[in-house]
Amino acid sequence: MNRILPLGVIALGILAFATLMLVIGPAIQIKSMAPTPGLANYSAQELRGREQYVAQGCVYCHSQQPRSADQAPDAERGWGRAAVASDYVYDRPHQLGTMRTGPDLFNVGTRLPSRDWHLTHLYQPRAIFAWSIMPGYPYLFERKSRAGPGDVVVSLPAEHRPAEGVIVAKPAALDLVAYLQGLDHTNPAPARAVRDDGYSERGEPR
Amino acid sequence: MSLTIGLLLALSFVVSLLALAFLIWAINNNQLRIEQRHAYTIFTEGEAGQVDDPTAEREDDHHFDIERAGIDRVSRLPVLILVASGIGWLVLGSLFGLVASLKLHWPDWLDAQAALTFGRVRTLHLNMVIYGWASMTGIAVALWVTPRIFHTPLRLPRLPLIGAALWNMALLAGAIAIANGWTDGEEWLEIPWQVDIGLATAGVFFVVPIIVTAARREVHHIYVTGWYYLAGLCWFPVLFVIANIPYIHSGVQEATVNWWFAHNVLGLWLTPLGVGTAYYFIPKIIGKPIYSYSLSLLGFWGLALFYSQVGIHHLIGGPVPTWVVTLSIVHSMMMFIPVLAVAVNQHVLVARNLWALRESIPLRFVALGALLYTLASFQGSIEALRTVNSVTHFTHYTVGHAHLGAYGFLTLVLFGAVYYLVPRSTGRQWPWPAAMAAHFWLVVVGFLVYFAALTIGGVLQGLAMLDATRPFAESVRVTMPYLQARSVGGSLMALGHLLFAVHFVVAVLQRPAPHPGATVLSKPAVAA
Ligand code: HEC
Ligand code: HEM
Repeated sequence: MNRILPLGVIALGILAFATLMLVIGPAIQIKSMAPTPGLANYSAQELRGREQYVAQGCVYCHSQQPRSADQAPDAERGWGRAAVASDYVYDRPHQLGTMRTGPDLFNVGTRLPSRDWHLTHLYQPRAIFAWSIMPGYPYLFERKSRAGPGDVVVSLPAEHRPAEGVIVAKPAALDLVAYLQGLDHTNPAPARAVRDDGYSERGEPR
Repeated sequence: MSLTIGLLLALSFVVSLLALAFLIWAINNNQLRIEQRHAYTIFTEGEAGQVDDPTAEREDDHHFDIERAGIDRVSRLPVLILVASGIGWLVLGSLFGLVASLKLHWPDWLDAQAALTFGRVRTLHLNMVIYGWASMTGIAVALWVTPRIFHTPLRLPRLPLIGAALWNMALLAGAIAIANGWTDGEEWLEIPWQVDIGLATAGVFFVVPIIVTAARREVHHIYVTGWYYLAGLCWFPVLFVIANIPYIHSGVQEATVNWWFAHNVLGLWLTPLGVGTAYYFIPKIIGKPIYSYSLSLLGFWGLALFYSQVGIHHLIGGPVPTWVVTLSIVHSMMMFIPVLAVAVNQHVLVARNLWALRESIPLRFVALGALLYTLASFQGSIEALRTVNSVTHFTHYTVGHAHLGAYGFLTLVLFGAVYYLVPRSTGRQWPWPAAMAAHFWLVVVGFLVYFAALTIGGVLQGLAMLDATRPFAESVRVTMPYLQARSVGGSLMALGHLLFAVHFVVAVLQRPAPHPGATVLSKPAVAA
């Protein structure tokens, strides 16, 4: 270990090899998969809502990758079937997440279809669950003395209602809710879809 | 398809095993020509055998070390500016960490502004402590240690000044972007790629002087610290640039890039900085070489081979190919080899010289940091086991682990290094020795509380979530006392950082040294 050049070359060679295994290999395999049948691309409004989801940092508390029944009771909790790689073809940036301070949201649109529920929840989660530690997003809403035409008024229990006037959703909140309502990956995954099957017994359905 | 994948996988193992066999052969045959006497590279003539701790010297203990005085004087300005920047980001980053922590049990606190929502405060915390504190201070220490192990002054010492200015500006711009919701949206890669160009450019101004200094070295042998620093400085720029190239990745494939990058920031950037630093300061302060110099070779190449492929253990049970997950799990297990090699080398030396811990606060920080490196690595390998991961993944347990590595290991090592190098750089003592001990106990006790709380809370949370008969609410409720305890521990840590920062400012602004321009060296053998 008395020369710089071999040190640098071997070090970079090892990194190149790791890149081949962790980046290029999976990329070849994953990019060859067609989207899961029935997976729809996002609408313009959903995409704007997704941008809100990213910008607010929802991913630091919510995953979007239900696990298989072999590993965890995600499906029993209503979080959906095990996610497969081809469910994500339209996702950029990906929002798989590594925390479940809150529930997995990959199928929240089917579990909680109501726009009004989401608006109330986003404005003040503790208006719905006293135990919730999710932050409220009051800055995605505004208080008006009275709702104008086209305004969406948020329904709130008495203790969270403003002293006067009403709370109406800003467009950003409506977009975000549209994205949440659209989160639906209940379409069945093809048999050969890619995911980590390390927990399943051979041939078991997922 | 599965044939090619199987082939790739087999290839990886064959190459890794071949490389390992080659290494063992090479070590046996002295091919790499490293001998125990090379471990003495860090000492000057006649210096080994003496404790060397600038913080324990009295003003009248000085004697001159002509060689190092000259070397340290050249690197003084860039090093102190980078350390000052690092400490600034540490204080700011800790503040954001504390706010994020408090928000998890006071969710209605500070909810009126978008910039202060949990998702952004947490992101600001991570980027400030990793790219600000850990990276800038780590680079500062590397700029200071590299010339010393090569026995030659830092070349191009003006370049790091430009680098520091650029890096600070880019990081500030990144922080402002994140606070305003402009983010690339992936963990560890939130800073917008447009701003990342500034960070990448700044990096060049640090890498070039270190490589030029290495090329002009006065000693034949590259000491182990140099392997880690040089390799880290090759790896990180490549990682950073590839992971930030926009528009080419998407979906799950992007997630594999994300975690390939994020884990390599830890494994191939922060870890080399910390391990390299510990490899210098532990023997230097104790005055004796590490236990087995040839073992350090196994530690280094093992780290390179195995750590580079562990990233996908962050996606266990996820929508990624089984083989990549398995590959990363296997390599996570292999990490026991290099970690044990480093552990034997460093801990045996410390264990045989426990008395030195009483005498030297810098050593106390560095040695404890090195010990926590071993623990963090063992914990990480075990977390990658599928059965364990089912419980701990997606919980606060992971956050506890992240802090055991980034804080318990790296941050403590950097504290020790800064305590050592500031008196040598400025020629002036730390003004308040008691503040150093107070800092040590604040952050160590704070961290213990922090880590214990998240570890227990995380396991309870994970078990609740795996039990379908318990509602999700319970996985939130069980964590509450532990999240509160984390805030208590975090406050102690933040207080320690504040004290450290004030002490640093006072130390640098002190009146000039009695012998301006001269660096002090320890008097011979402190009563041992
Ligand atoms: C600090 C962590 C945290 C953050 C950040 C966070 N959440 Fe939550 N979220 C929770 C918790 C805890 C729950 C469960 C309690 C509840 O429903 O309020 C939850 C529940 C939810 C639910 C209901 C899910 C269900 O199945 O009941 C939705 C929808 C949701 N969050 C959306 C979001 C969105 C959108 C964002 C970003 C704007 C966000 N969350 C940010 C913690 C968080
Ligand atoms: C004052 C002390 C600190 C406090 C209170 C603190 C608190 C926090 C909090 C609340 C989070 C977010 C966890 C979550 O998303 O649920 C976090 C994440 C993180 N912090 Fe700190 N932190 C502190 C110091 C540090 C330091 C000094 C470092 C590194 C040098 C560090 C490295 C990290 C890392 C790597 C993460 C990401 C963890 C993950 O995603 O798993 N922290 N911290």
